[in-house]
Amino acid sequence: MEKQTVVKVDHVSMKFNLSSEKFDSFKEYFIKSLKKQVSFDEFWALKDVSFEVFKGDSLGLIGLNGSGKSTMLKTIAGVLKPTKGSVEVYGNVAPLIELGAGFDFDLTARENVYLNGALLGYSRKIMDQYYQDIVDFSELSDFMDVPVKNFSSGMVSRLAFAIATIGIPDILIVDEVLSVGDFRFQQKCEKRIRTMMESGTTILFVSHSIEQVKSICNKIVWLEKGQLRKFGDAEVICEEYSKCY
Amino acid sequence: MSKYIQNFLKFNPLLMELVARDIKIKYRRSVLGVLWTLLNPLCMMIILSVVFSNLFKFDIENFPLYILSGQVVFNFFSDATNGALSSIIGSAALIKKVYVPKYLFVLSRVFSSFINLMASFTALLIVMVATRTELHWTSFLVPVPLLLLVLFSLGIGLILAAITVKFRDVMHLYSVFITALLYLTPVIYPMSILPTWLYKIVMLNPITNIMIMFRSVMLNNTVFSISSLVVAIIETAAALVIGLYVFYKNQDKFILNI
Repeated sequence: MEKQTVVKVDHVSMKFNLSSEKFDSFKEYFIKSLKKQVSFDEFWALKDVSFEVFKGDSLGLIGLNGSGKSTMLKTIAGVLKPTKGSVEVYGNVAPLIELGAGFDFDLTARENVYLNGALLGYSRKIMDQYYQDIVDFSELSDFMDVPVKNFSSGMVSRLAFAIATIGIPDILIVDEVLSVGDFRFQQKCEKRIRTMMESGTTILFVSHSIEQVKSICNKIVWLEKGQLRKFGDAEVICEEYSKCY
Repeated sequence: MSKYIQNFLKFNPLLMELVARDIKIKYRRSVLGVLWTLLNPLCMMIILSVVFSNLFKFDIENFPLYILSGQVVFNFFSDATNGALSSIIGSAALIKKVYVPKYLFVLSRVFSSFINLMASFTALLIVMVATRTELHWTSFLVPVPLLLLVLFSLGIGLILAAITVKFRDVMHLYSVFITALLYLTPVIYPMSILPTWLYKIVMLNPITNIMIMFRSVMLNNTVFSISSLVVAIIETAAALVIGLYVFYKNQDKFILNI
């Protein structure tokens, strides 16, 4: 059986302008551009990265802080558009990029469930079906009518995880989220991720815990200072990575 | 093209949720809640008509109604464009983390202002009934100026939202501009008191044209002229096209500036 490509990252480079001089006003901008001082320090967060992920794979992204992992995920999620190259994604993406990013902290948990569901593209009707499941998984049934601003960070992440993993998305992006919550909840999350993998979801996983990556992923992208250092099977690279640091 | 429509349909629930959120947050913890959208224009009308009918003697029959109808139109424009202006910056946290078509934030603000418009329009109808003003069949034409107004505001909102991301000055500048615009629109004064040179300037304001159309069907029981309709359509189309173009050209750079 031919393997189906789900994510194709093709020579992606991402440039940021380090705003050493940021123009927040017209006046500054005009003066600076008259003086020809409009220059930015360039910073390449990603340099010419290419890899492919197939359906059912679970890809781990590893690397030190600032190596471009989150930028990579953001380009895949469609939040950032690469400066050069292209990212093609076949299927719907459920981003877990930062838990609770889509929450409005003034709204209650119940209202946030619908708001967040809508962010993932689910209508109110569909969310009604998943509602009980979300409440059960997050174990927050007593707090659904409390504004989220009164939640603890653990509660927020539990709710966010429960919402982001409803249904069976084609691609699930997990960025450092398993490091929140207590031990028991982490296990519960891991279990849910495994169930999703079995039903064919492709996982993109970022973690600093090499153990977690090893246990979940079968493919690994190793980024170093924005460049692709290695791409291949998990075990080989994990070993090399642990030796390196 | 079909890709855009598909994308829009996928995020249609989000649009509804965003509008619902705007309304909910605005009136959360207030006793009268959504009733305020109705009460607010009424109170404003009372104050303005008391002040102005004693200060200046304009030759307008049913002055409160004149003011209220002007306010309905102008407040929507001011509300919608101000909301749109800050919509992208206000959703920075979200835009940085999740992919969402960015025009949705602008659209949702214009929509929630539209809901307020409906409420203040209801207030207008209540006042009309209370003052025993006759409603004529021309009132059925009122969706025409209202639709033009909404689309025009959306176009302007898109432009403002895109520019504000880059230059925050626009926020401060715009509040001054909107005050100036208020006086360049016949909200409280009749067009007849204007000297010729000023009359021309006020007529250049697209809101004036729409407001006159609105008043002619609601208050004067006359159908607006074809020429003013054509002018309004052209102005609206221009605002929309420029708005979409500016927004579309800049939207990928938003994330780098917010």
